[in-house]
Amino acid sequence: MIAEGLIALVGAGVLLAVAIAVPWLKFVLTIALAKGIAVLGILLLLRAGQVSFGHAMFLATGAYTVAFLAPAMPEALLLIPLGGLFAGLLGLLVGLFVVRYRDIFFGMLNLAISMVLYSLLEKLYHLTKGTDGIRVARATYAGFDLPRETQEWLMFAIALGLAALFGTLVAAYLRSPMGRALAGIKTRETRLEFLGVSARRVLLFAYVASAVMGGIAGTLVALTTRHVTPLLGYWTSSGELVFIAILGGAGSAVGAFLGAVAFELVRVYAAASVADAWQMILGGVLLLVILFAPGGLWGILAGRLKVRA
Amino acid sequence: MVGWLQDNGLLLGLAALDGLAYAALVFMVAVGLNLVFGVLRIVNVAHGSLFAIGAYTAASLGLFFASQGLPPLAGYFALVLAAALVGALLGPLIERFLLRRIYGHEEVLQLLVTFALFMILEDVQKLVWGVQPVSQDLPMTYLGTIDVPFGDDVIPFTKYQLFVLPGIAVATLVGLALFLRRTLAGRMIVAVTADKEAATAMGIDATRIMLLTFTAGAALAALGGALASPTTSLVPGVGAQTIVLSFAVVATAGLGQIEGAALTSLMMGLGRSVAVYFAPEFEVVVPYLIMVAVLLVRPQGLFGVLETRRV
Amino acid sequence: MSAPLLSARGLKLAFGGVKAADGIDLDVMPGEFLAIIGPNGAGKTTFINMTTGYLKPQGGRIEFAGEPILGLSPRAIVRRGIGRSFQLPQLFTEHTVIENAALALAAHAGIWSPFVPLLRPGYRAAAERLLDRFGIAHLTETRADALNEGARKLADIAMAVALEPRLLLMDEPTSGVAATEKMQVVETLVRVLRAEGVTAVFVEHDMEVVARFADRVAVWSQGRIAALGPPEQVLNDPAVLRDVIGIAGHA
Repeated sequence: MIAEGLIALVGAGVLLAVAIAVPWLKFVLTIALAKGIAVLGILLLLRAGQVSFGHAMFLATGAYTVAFLAPAMPEALLLIPLGGLFAGLLGLLVGLFVVRYRDIFFGMLNLAISMVLYSLLEKLYHLTKGTDGIRVARATYAGFDLPRETQEWLMFAIALGLAALFGTLVAAYLRSPMGRALAGIKTRETRLEFLGVSARRVLLFAYVASAVMGGIAGTLVALTTRHVTPLLGYWTSSGELVFIAILGGAGSAVGAFLGAVAFELVRVYAAASVADAWQMILGGVLLLVILFAPGGLWGILAGRLKVRA
Repeated sequence: MVGWLQDNGLLLGLAALDGLAYAALVFMVAVGLNLVFGVLRIVNVAHGSLFAIGAYTAASLGLFFASQGLPPLAGYFALVLAAALVGALLGPLIERFLLRRIYGHEEVLQLLVTFALFMILEDVQKLVWGVQPVSQDLPMTYLGTIDVPFGDDVIPFTKYQLFVLPGIAVATLVGLALFLRRTLAGRMIVAVTADKEAATAMGIDATRIMLLTFTAGAALAALGGALASPTTSLVPGVGAQTIVLSFAVVATAGLGQIEGAALTSLMMGLGRSVAVYFAPEFEVVVPYLIMVAVLLVRPQGLFGVLETRRV
Repeated sequence: MSAPLLSARGLKLAFGGVKAADGIDLDVMPGEFLAIIGPNGAGKTTFINMTTGYLKPQGGRIEFAGEPILGLSPRAIVRRGIGRSFQLPQLFTEHTVIENAALALAAHAGIWSPFVPLLRPGYRAAAERLLDRFGIAHLTETRADALNEGARKLADIAMAVALEPRLLLMDEPTSGVAATEKMQVVETLVRVLRAEGVTAVFVEHDMEVVARFADRVAVWSQGRIAALGPPEQVLNDPAVLRDVIGIAGHA
């Protein structure tokens, strides 16, 4: 745990150094940190042996919360928790339904529900402006209307701070009775019931937590890119989250951010040139990681450094 | 109510006809998904992509045949050929080199692998056929329309959608039921579905049955796509919609229920078409609302049998 | 005579045409060790499943400590004080032994903090004490899927005991355990259960174990109790010898 924390600290330092040295990467890194927070949620569910193919719906919920509310209430420091709150409420509603299911049902029901949200965002044009999306109104920070450069730095700092906060919380959670019970769902769910514990409730807690993190990530994306579209909630976005989780390695909270930063950097440099084959490359790499490096990037790094994941 | 019906009766009739045609297509995909799951114990997330690739292949073949001056009937041959090609090429390729590596692994891993395959196949479509709409409606227009009497009015509707699609779906349903019950290969599939170990012990080559089943399932999905291709223009994203919709059918009917899947397809097809005509914003939502409503009441699906929990 | 802890009357359950329970009447007295013997398919596990809420009998009633428990969920029954262990031990296979034990203790205490470590000092000590009583304290850091069968059985039962049950139902606690270990496993188990004052019902095929450790023996046959009494009486009954031990005696 201490070694993991050290690596995270070094990682944060490196990110900060990169952001200072190459200012335009700040934007990319902010998005990567936001995605990493959402991926932490995927990681929780993977602990229980479950995978959600619709998790971007919570990202979209957070992002649209910002887009809808910002004109009336532009305070970023309120918008961020509100996005988490609304995503959490949606997570509770959806979760009460999906935690009754496991495996393929869990994955596909999440996908189906996210498709519903996506199609509503796309079709309810008078509310959402459809695929054009919504331009996010300029936000204030603790009441201050900051110049653009300062705002970018602030968003980077907020994303880094929240990443550290949620990373720490998730790491603690995975070692707690709740987290260990969650992992028990994967290997011997029946035993939880024999212990008098509701496996559904254990999974629901993780699901809502993951939805909140998805929502927070969505608010950060919205405040950084200043433009939200239904695409944020499309299945390809959900696929990306799953991809990052596996790429980074499901073994550690640090893996989520390792995967997210690697993913976003590669995307900035490569995605434009292979736009039509982007999903294909992701799918191919995903297969390779699953079949040949199941520990992901974190597994490789931890192996090198002899850290117990 | 009566007044509303009089005002909207025609629209409702049209929705019913549309729904029937749509249900036929959904059934073709769902039944393949079901069959494959029964034998391989894997729900193939990429199943919808096979539908999409079948559709694109059929459209391309149809356009090619037409450009060669072949008679319109060749268009129907293109549909069948496309399904056969996709099934026979992609089916064994996927089963042999991908799925065979993950039989018996944890489900989350199987899910991730077929999801990765889905990501790959979705882009294969874009690379091969581009993102511009592709359309080849000759097989539909060639048959023309028929006036369906509806009260005092008539609804002109394409014969292709009214007869060919439901006809093939029914033929598939009956044919598959007969195949599984009456033929040796069919009974082997049923045996492997029921108990793979026991079937293997009886001398059934389960490996081969799995390959054949997956190929057949892939061909059914591709046939569904091929049959759908004349009725719509093909755009990227069809695969994702198809897999979730056919999964919704399978989940609502209950895993492994073939006749149940037929009824459920009909229900969802009709529900969706009614939405298309009366509340287009909710077109995508309706099938899932049906699914969620059913699963809340019957978690094992409408026709599913509750598996006894082994303690 | 004190009131029975568990009292079953007229339990009936049929699967298709097979009668797994065909009018079971049984009283389990506080503090006793009751062995259930009988051929495979006689309905022994079915009885445990009905008592723990996993199967609903088609007729009859079950009372535990004077209160009806039929229709309660398995979780509610666990919380009332009926524990069970399994023919195939139900451990969290990717967790260490001590994590398994600590989770059981946490479940019993209802401690579900999401942020405090499961194995913080106080918990760890309690879990170690539990494992020590079962003689498997040396295996704390071993992953559950790496244990031998005897240790798995003991860990499984330790988890049930962590919930401080008043009644423990054990399905074949010695099956699969190597012959050399068997008596030791049972001795450990009986010692702990006696010390805790836990009443136990256990399904057993090994007549030597039954003869040594059971206070009473119930002989199951085709969904009915064919004989019931102290081991020296039941195990010498010619009908039982012929019908039960002849089939399911020493392997």
